[in-house]
Amino acid sequence: MAAKINSVDHMIETRGLTKHFKDVRAVDGIDLSVRPGELVALLGPNGAGKSTTLRMLTTLIPPTAGTATVAGFDVVRQQREVRLRIGYIGQGNGAGHSQRGRDELISQGRAYGLSVHDARARAAELIESLGLAEVADRRVSSLSGGQRRRLDIAMGLIHSPELLFLDEPSTGLDPQNRANLQEHILALRARHETTIVLTTHYLDEADSMAERVIVVDHGRIIADDSPARLKALEVGDHILLGFSSESDAVGAAGVLQGERVGRQLRLNLPDAPRRAPGILDDLRAAGYPAAEIEVIRPTLDDVFLRLTGRSLREGGAAADKELVEV
Amino acid sequence: MTTLIADTSTVFSRELRPLLRDPFTIIFSMVQPLVFLALFTPLLPDEGGRQLQWFVPGIIVMSCLFACSMTGSNLLFEIQTGSHERMLVTPLRRPALLIGRALKEIVPMFAQAALIVVVCLPFGFRFDLLGAVIGLVVLGAFCIGLGALSYTLALASKNQEWLFWTVQQTLLFPLLLLAGVLLPIDDGPGWLRALAAGNPLSYVVDAERSLFNGDIWSSSTFGGVIAASVVAAIGLSAGVRAMRRSD
Repeated sequence: MAAKINSVDHMIETRGLTKHFKDVRAVDGIDLSVRPGELVALLGPNGAGKSTTLRMLTTLIPPTAGTATVAGFDVVRQQREVRLRIGYIGQGNGAGHSQRGRDELISQGRAYGLSVHDARARAAELIESLGLAEVADRRVSSLSGGQRRRLDIAMGLIHSPELLFLDEPSTGLDPQNRANLQEHILALRARHETTIVLTTHYLDEADSMAERVIVVDHGRIIADDSPARLKALEVGDHILLGFSSESDAVGAAGVLQGERVGRQLRLNLPDAPRRAPGILDDLRAAGYPAAEIEVIRPTLDDVFLRLTGRSLREGGAAADKELVEV
Repeated sequence: MTTLIADTSTVFSRELRPLLRDPFTIIFSMVQPLVFLALFTPLLPDEGGRQLQWFVPGIIVMSCLFACSMTGSNLLFEIQTGSHERMLVTPLRRPALLIGRALKEIVPMFAQAALIVVVCLPFGFRFDLLGAVIGLVVLGAFCIGLGALSYTLALASKNQEWLFWTVQQTLLFPLLLLAGVLLPIDDGPGWLRALAAGNPLSYVVDAERSLFNGDIWSSSTFGGVIAASVVAAIGLSAGVRAMRRSD
């Protein structure tokens, strides 16, 4: 097991991190700090620079400019120190297709310096906890997409890293496997206090898992906050009221500040779910009772649309089509 | 240094394991050069069994050459699937990735070399054991270098597999023919001999022939050691640089 280091204040710290590919500014000056134990989601459409950022932080590619320290070590000058401390689960399959899962786990353990005995024991432990017992001794090419993904996770965890990077962990998985994977990641974090940085273009994933969402677009960070605060600050809640007649709607618009379209009235206000019952009472007392009510909470897509003028779903749609069965 | 060896053995055993689990592919590839030898040797001028002394070391070099030039071909697939990327994120030393993969191609060929030698003994082939062992070490160093270059080529051919095969095939046969592996160069025209003199493999083949004959302290051995070391150094440094730059 890798020793925990408590001396770093920041698990990740970057200054002006930049990567150019020929003329393309894939990552354009990112300043980021992540404290130990945080679970951070980098959210953005395809090509926003999320994966490139991750590839620099994991020493796979050198930055064009700027600096980054990961687990206290420089990603350019102290690559080996960084590599020893991080786990990385990339977009592809880490396990070789002609290999068997258990063999790959043991090789992976050996690569991180575990003894043969420890690597075997750790592999058995992860096979058990990720539910791979039945398939671990089969060729990787015969495994389903969901099983391969779990094997990838197991490989990323073989050395119990203090910091785990996941690059679009659930792309290509069906909803059930996606939920399953998210559960594993959260359980891992609860048990080992692992710092986790993941990229995703699934809004629900960022929303339900991360306490901190960093929205990336055109290689820059355009927002960085908790999902709840991002939604409250950028978009806010809405209440949609329907009336049985247009005159009621007009009357209601006189009582409440809102935007009326026909027999509907749209209100933009914070904390809408708690205030909705009171609003209904007020309207009834004023003689304009509502016939219908809908409380609309913003999604991260609304936040994204607000921040960039584009919908994130358009970018994610292509990947959603390739569902993999268990 | 010990950790470079440990890392190399991690990579090597990972690469070799699928073969060990499915050994039929090795057995088939081992029989291949024997067929080649059986069909080609009768064509050589009969010098009372001496043609085997000349030809057997050449065949061993040829199989190793073919094998190690393929080092990058498995890598092409692993680059696509993502397992190469996963290896790059581990703390494995970069030269170990190159050497381990090249050794996986070379070591089965050494087993094959032993088989070829044993099969040729009844036909009058004689060799010096110490010389042969030194010969395989020299050949191994050359093949590690060439394997590392094949690895580098695979990194450069990412997403365009045809490039790998075109370059590999284009270089392999001139390299082989200009080293006097199958036919002697000595009687060729001057330009051909000049090209052969610039081919590092020529020196390795000459060294193998004198080492198998027990002529250990010869100038050909010296030339072979130099040529193999230079190729190994060039291959490893090119490979390490390519890994650092690959995106």
